[in-house]
Amino acid sequence: MKPWNNRAWFLVLPMLLLVAFSAVIPLMTVVNYSVQDTFGDNKFFWAGVEWFRKTLHSERFVSALIRNLIFSGIILAVEVPLGVLIALRMPKKGIGVPICLVLMSLPLLIPFNVVGTIWQVFGRNDIGLLGGTLKSLGFDYNYVSNPVHAWVTLIVMDVWHWTSLVVLLCYAGLASIPDAYYQAAQIDGASGWARFRYIQLPKLSRVLTIAVLLRFMDSFMIYTEPFVVTGGGPGNATTFLSIDLVKMATREFNLGGAAAMSLIYFLIILLVSWVFYTVMTRHED
Amino acid sequence: MDLSWMAWTKPTAIFFVVIALLIAGMATWERISPGGSPRVGVLRLKTHRGDRLFITLLGSAFIHLAWLGLTPFSLWGALIVSAIYGTLVFSFV
Repeated sequence: MKPWNNRAWFLVLPMLLLVAFSAVIPLMTVVNYSVQDTFGDNKFFWAGVEWFRKTLHSERFVSALIRNLIFSGIILAVEVPLGVLIALRMPKKGIGVPICLVLMSLPLLIPFNVVGTIWQVFGRNDIGLLGGTLKSLGFDYNYVSNPVHAWVTLIVMDVWHWTSLVVLLCYAGLASIPDAYYQAAQIDGASGWARFRYIQLPKLSRVLTIAVLLRFMDSFMIYTEPFVVTGGGPGNATTFLSIDLVKMATREFNLGGAAAMSLIYFLIILLVSWVFYTVMTRHED
Repeated sequence: MDLSWMAWTKPTAIFFVVIALLIAGMATWERISPGGSPRVGVLRLKTHRGDRLFITLLGSAFIHLAWLGLTPFSLWGALIVSAIYGTLVFSFV
């Protein structure tokens, strides 16, 4: 007897249609745009791979890409360990659990543009709490004119906004570890570090994979918050790929160049996500 | 149905038809030889033939981009390198 029924695949059909209309068809259109030039009025002219060649040789693209990779690297290096640490320190039972969970969820509920606006005001050294406090302490903090300050502001903002996601994922992972593991560790006299290294960390590997993937993809695609806070400046100091892409597509109406850039951007995300996923799940089989 | 907004061209249509044919070919292959022939190759990763196709396509995209970015030659060269790369992936990965 056949152990499965292939007709069950029809149940996937609605999702397949949704993905087709929300992802595949737009992606196909972007591919079509990337090999053509347009001046509007739905008229297109064949350009071949020229947009790709131009993008790959453009200093503007390479700089934005490097900025994006550095930003994502810093975000992962800060948010993942911090998220794990907070999840480990969160209460396991009692009234503290719902309080901590609600507090952790709050930043995630705030829309991206509101987060940007909050931090834009918060960081201003004339009226903002952070900027004003730093100024009164003698720091010459100004994220509008100083690139380092702009970067620090964006990183702190992202850590504030998204570390909770890592915390919640890790907390769920920790909650699913049966008590028997801890009891066995206690009998063996395992130290706190040994318990973390040999029980908690291996059990967290799946949620950490998801957390790293989500945080990498989100930080690599970040747009709204830096756009609202710094607008890509000072100069181009915080112009990430997405900001540059929108500028190229909507302000310069360079659809071919923007399409080629989007596809390269997409391929990089696909490659890095695949590498992360493969490296983090290679021992599961 | 007016699809002019999608700005289709013959080369891009051929590109997507080839991708669709590859996926259909993989489905037929799976039908003939079920299980996806899992193995651990030179990358020390357990891969099925679908993974190998994915690695081939993704790698080929980067080969083409590198070719465009680093050489002034025609893309046919990148296609030949990608075909060799794909053969190696399906043989050893």
